[in-house]
Amino acid sequence: MAGTVTETQAGRPAESAAPAIELRGISKAFGPVQANKDISIRVMPGTIHGIIGENGAGKSTLMSILYGFYKADAGEIFINGEKTEIPDSQAAISAGIGMVFQHFKLVQNFSVLENVILGAEDGALLKPSKAKAREALKRLAAEYELQVDPDALIEEIGVGMQQRVEILKALYRQADILILDEPTGVLTPAEADHLFRILEGLKAQGKTIILITHKLREIMDVTDTVSVMRRGEMTATVQTSETDAEHLAELMVGRKVLLRVDKKPAAPGDTVLEIENLKVVDEDGVERLRGIDLHVRAGEILGIAGVAGNGQSEVLEVLGGITAAKGTVRINGQEIDLSGKSSDGQSRRARSIAHVPEDRQSLGLIMDFHAWENMIFGYHHDPAYQKNALLMDNAGIRAETQAKMERFDVRPPNPDLTARSFSGGNQQKIVCAREIERNPDLLLVGQPTRGVDIGAIEFIHNQIVGLRDQGKAVLLVSVELEEIMSLADRIAVMFDGRVMGERLPSETDERELGLLMAGITDTEAEHSVDEVAANLAKTQGKVG
Amino acid sequence: MNKLPKWVDVALIPFINLLLALIVSGLVILYIGESPFEAISIMVRGAVGSTYGWGYTLYYATNFIFTGLAVAVAFQARMFNIGGEGQAAIGSLGVALVCLAVPWPHWLIALPAAVIAGAIFGAAWAAIPAYLQAKRGSHIVITTIMFNFIASALLVYLLVNVMKPVGTMAPETGRFPPGTFLPDAYDMAGWVGLRFSRSAPLNITFFIAILCCVLVYLLIWRTRLGYQIRAFGQSESAAVYAGISPVRITMITMLISGGLAGLMGINAVMGEAERLVIDPVQGAGFVGIAVALMGRSHPAGVFLAGLLFGMLYQGGGELEFDIPAISREMILVIQALVILFTGAFDNMIRMPLERLFNRPGRGGGSPAKPMPPGEGTTHKPAVSEPEKS
Amino acid sequence: MTLMKTLLGAGAALALSAAGALAEPGLIIDLGGKFDKSFNESAYNGAQRWVEETGGDYLETELQSEAQREQNLRKMAERGANPIIVMGFANQSTLEKIAPDYPDTKFAIIDSVVDQPNVKSMLFSEQEGSYLVGVVAAMTTETDTVGFVGGMDVPLIRRFACGYAEGVKATNPDAKIISNMTGTTPTAWNDPVKGGELAKSQVSQGADVIYAAAGGTGVGVLQAAADEGVYSIGVDSNQNYLHPGSVLTSMVKRVDNAVYKLFSEGVEGFEPGLEVLDLESEGVGYAVDEHNEALITDEIKAAVEEAKAGIISGEIVPHDYYTDDSCPTLTF
Repeated sequence: MAGTVTETQAGRPAESAAPAIELRGISKAFGPVQANKDISIRVMPGTIHGIIGENGAGKSTLMSILYGFYKADAGEIFINGEKTEIPDSQAAISAGIGMVFQHFKLVQNFSVLENVILGAEDGALLKPSKAKAREALKRLAAEYELQVDPDALIEEIGVGMQQRVEILKALYRQADILILDEPTGVLTPAEADHLFRILEGLKAQGKTIILITHKLREIMDVTDTVSVMRRGEMTATVQTSETDAEHLAELMVGRKVLLRVDKKPAAPGDTVLEIENLKVVDEDGVERLRGIDLHVRAGEILGIAGVAGNGQSEVLEVLGGITAAKGTVRINGQEIDLSGKSSDGQSRRARSIAHVPEDRQSLGLIMDFHAWENMIFGYHHDPAYQKNALLMDNAGIRAETQAKMERFDVRPPNPDLTARSFSGGNQQKIVCAREIERNPDLLLVGQPTRGVDIGAIEFIHNQIVGLRDQGKAVLLVSVELEEIMSLADRIAVMFDGRVMGERLPSETDERELGLLMAGITDTEAEHSVDEVAANLAKTQGKVG
Repeated sequence: MNKLPKWVDVALIPFINLLLALIVSGLVILYIGESPFEAISIMVRGAVGSTYGWGYTLYYATNFIFTGLAVAVAFQARMFNIGGEGQAAIGSLGVALVCLAVPWPHWLIALPAAVIAGAIFGAAWAAIPAYLQAKRGSHIVITTIMFNFIASALLVYLLVNVMKPVGTMAPETGRFPPGTFLPDAYDMAGWVGLRFSRSAPLNITFFIAILCCVLVYLLIWRTRLGYQIRAFGQSESAAVYAGISPVRITMITMLISGGLAGLMGINAVMGEAERLVIDPVQGAGFVGIAVALMGRSHPAGVFLAGLLFGMLYQGGGELEFDIPAISREMILVIQALVILFTGAFDNMIRMPLERLFNRPGRGGGSPAKPMPPGEGTTHKPAVSEPEKS
Repeated sequence: MTLMKTLLGAGAALALSAAGALAEPGLIIDLGGKFDKSFNESAYNGAQRWVEETGGDYLETELQSEAQREQNLRKMAERGANPIIVMGFANQSTLEKIAPDYPDTKFAIIDSVVDQPNVKSMLFSEQEGSYLVGVVAAMTTETDTVGFVGGMDVPLIRRFACGYAEGVKATNPDAKIISNMTGTTPTAWNDPVKGGELAKSQVSQGADVIYAAAGGTGVGVLQAAADEGVYSIGVDSNQNYLHPGSVLTSMVKRVDNAVYKLFSEGVEGFEPGLEVLDLESEGVGYAVDEHNEALITDEIKAAVEEAKAGIISGEIVPHDYYTDDSCPTLTF
């Protein structure tokens, strides 16, 4: 960074004079790994500044340094032109920095009001603090479109609302600079739009906003400037208006990226999977699936769209043998047992069903197992993996793993590393390699690219399409509409445990699907977006 | 994230821990007005200074290896088997029943039968808490602790009311017939022309313990069952995904664990006492927890930790005998310090060492990228064209 | 030969001390500890008396748990202690096993019989002493109800109880005897809390004299009796001083004399075999001192002395529970 900043001792400089935040030469290493390398950045006041990069690029580390969670090995932080030490989050708050985490830090059984004042109470007695906070909330709500019911319990409101509470918490603590870490990860498109309107409002009031994301679309939509990080380094800072998504993706990944899946039209064959009147009731007696009917044919990808928590996960879990259910499921015409014996995962695999689970870290992989151990996970009963009747053929498994890792471009292709030491994308590639290389008749895929970087997304999508092209059936669940739109040959939308409808990608658009996801069928599609959002928030509060 | 060279992890850190524990123990001994150096030298000499000392050290170590393995196996499935004490007691009962029931002609025949009985009895005692955990969700820590009390009460009842020979007052069985006497260290040393103390209770069971270490290693790291046990231990949800039955694994693991604990009876009852007394386990079940903890639930570690605790026990006994000012409780303090430093304070040593070994310029780190909190969990793809609403 | 074996067995360091301490006697205090104010303390006092009078040294260790018996006994023998005294019947099987391994070491066991050429077994006629305190109890009680609290329920303690009951019944045939045992395991020797509870329960059933034959547990019995304002009778050691005015007398079992004698005789005077210490040889008796003389009236004293003379002369034979495992005057 070339420009030097004049440090003014008396009060804050004029807004145009100094950047709200300036980082100079920030470096941070974890052991031998350089998470941040000599990073310098200037964020001008009253702007929305995006920071974009793949997983592990160092975005969150950088923000954690700014918020006082980590101490930088080298470098300086200037807030409004003044050199500031931020040893802990308390210092960050008093410097006017507020942070909205990806995972909300709210007390579930406290009210909104209690959460807002938590840690910022004026004294031992709560009453005066509460009264003051109630006034402040009313004012903030009016100023920034941040309406929330101060007396609602956190566990009763939807994620979108919870996020607003997080923002309110920061504003209540007099934050002028707001950092949002992956704020739209849990939101529906409508909720995300609402969030962006709030951010615009905050910006208009002179607040400075840093938006951390890896969604190019959000960057293009709302930011004024954008900084790109790759492998711990800041590779570029550009005006958003002077760039485009393809260019940013290239900066992130370091090479040209194809943002559209290139696939041939499907050639569906026989029906592989038939689901009739499938019902799931969970431990609390809540009906998660209310009788759904679906079918998938060979050589076809059926995509299930929906906001998280509307029953898609249950469909995958029932088919994968994790959850018990009532109803009828046939694979290649033969009915399978749904009574839910705990070892049913084995019988499903025996029926040539492979399952790339939604949550690879808690289901698909044992994070502390080596890659070679993970590569047989679920298929460990295969006699091919036994050296003799008693012992497993560890060397053989290693060799096979190595080959699969190379075919699936897992980096580094070292079978002796633990799953934990791979990046999200490479972890997913390990799971995909394990499941797809089995050449199953039916592949269940949940959120295949969640937490996966752009380079790996492309690869994983191609593998899924490749399996389809070999004439296999694929059932894809994703909360990413773009992913569904680009991968699926047919789209079913789920809402509240039911299938709201099926569409062909070529005959629908994100707006129509978005309404279906919100539980609104075509006939009542004349609602305003806000009503849809409210509807969603309600259902999410219930089911999510 | 930061990895240490293996030798640091398995050798240097335990050594430093031990050293620290000894230093603190020394201070305590100094405080009560005794010479710590004399105390340490008595302990060391008492534990390993003679074949007699070795005989007792290895005898205790044998007990601790069995109970340590029991805890270690259960811990591979992330179950905390606190019930080694009771399982070993019931295992001892099984051993005693077999030894008393049949007029064994030779120990070579009696030993396999006793091994089977000890393992089955110990396993059976673990099976009930395991079933309650697997089917009813009763926490295994609670139930196994409870079962220690039940085992002890059961043993008292049987010894006082059923198994005590007529005419004796002490609640213990009669002496086993000579056909069950296991060769002790004196006999075995004699086979190879060596001389060993006749008094030490070390016996052939020690080799069974070593064999068990090897078998447990093979089971956990080389067999499919071990793979399933470890997978279940690491993540139950993932195990269910992979079609590994939690009920089955919980049961099997606890049976193996209880069986190993039960084998302790071979050493204590058949090898040493040659009769069943009221408390044959003598706290070894609880020491086993410390042994497994210190041995990082690895059979090799359990073996070494068992050896260390054997030395502490034997050396501590001699110390108590030689310096009356150092009471039984002091010995416990020293043992507790070792557990504290090797178990609980482990990270205290580990962190500075990690910093030392991961200085820039030194290799040995994992090639992984860092995963700062929050990153890499719920990111979503960004495949999209710019689209203005 | 002994030295040779010790050298080989215990190593040079230990052998040196063993050689130096060759003639030191050894005493293994049993569970309950040497200050149990009863059985073990009596032995400890005997050893101390020997130390004071001869200026000699002896090896001593206290058992902390059942399974230490063997190691402690071996350790004593390895150190060269000779003779070695073990306290209590619980050591019987251990000694049977170990004595042959150390043929040159002399062992003595109190309260039990081990038939080995190098073992001396010492029994006390507890039924005789207990008979005498039974007489005292029967003459003191105003409720015609007396109590007995035993330690571990073993024939030895039943022998105490039976002798006591005989004495009571012979003096007052209408008297009722309430008998309780503290437990069935060795922990019953050291559970004063439970002892106290049993005593209180007996008091609530009307007992106003309670005889405790329970080692360390008896301390709780005596305490409870003092708290409840009734009389108690101590055992083994003279326990009269514990609660003057409440402890009626003590059935003394002169373990201290036995230990003192064994220590004094040393290896040279050691005679293997069985020795029974009875009323006549003053191995057992009842204690009268300044703490209880007010309680023992002349009338009582006369009755007890008469009974004592009768036992010594053979006119009175208190039933010995060991002979037929039963007691005509008391059911357990």
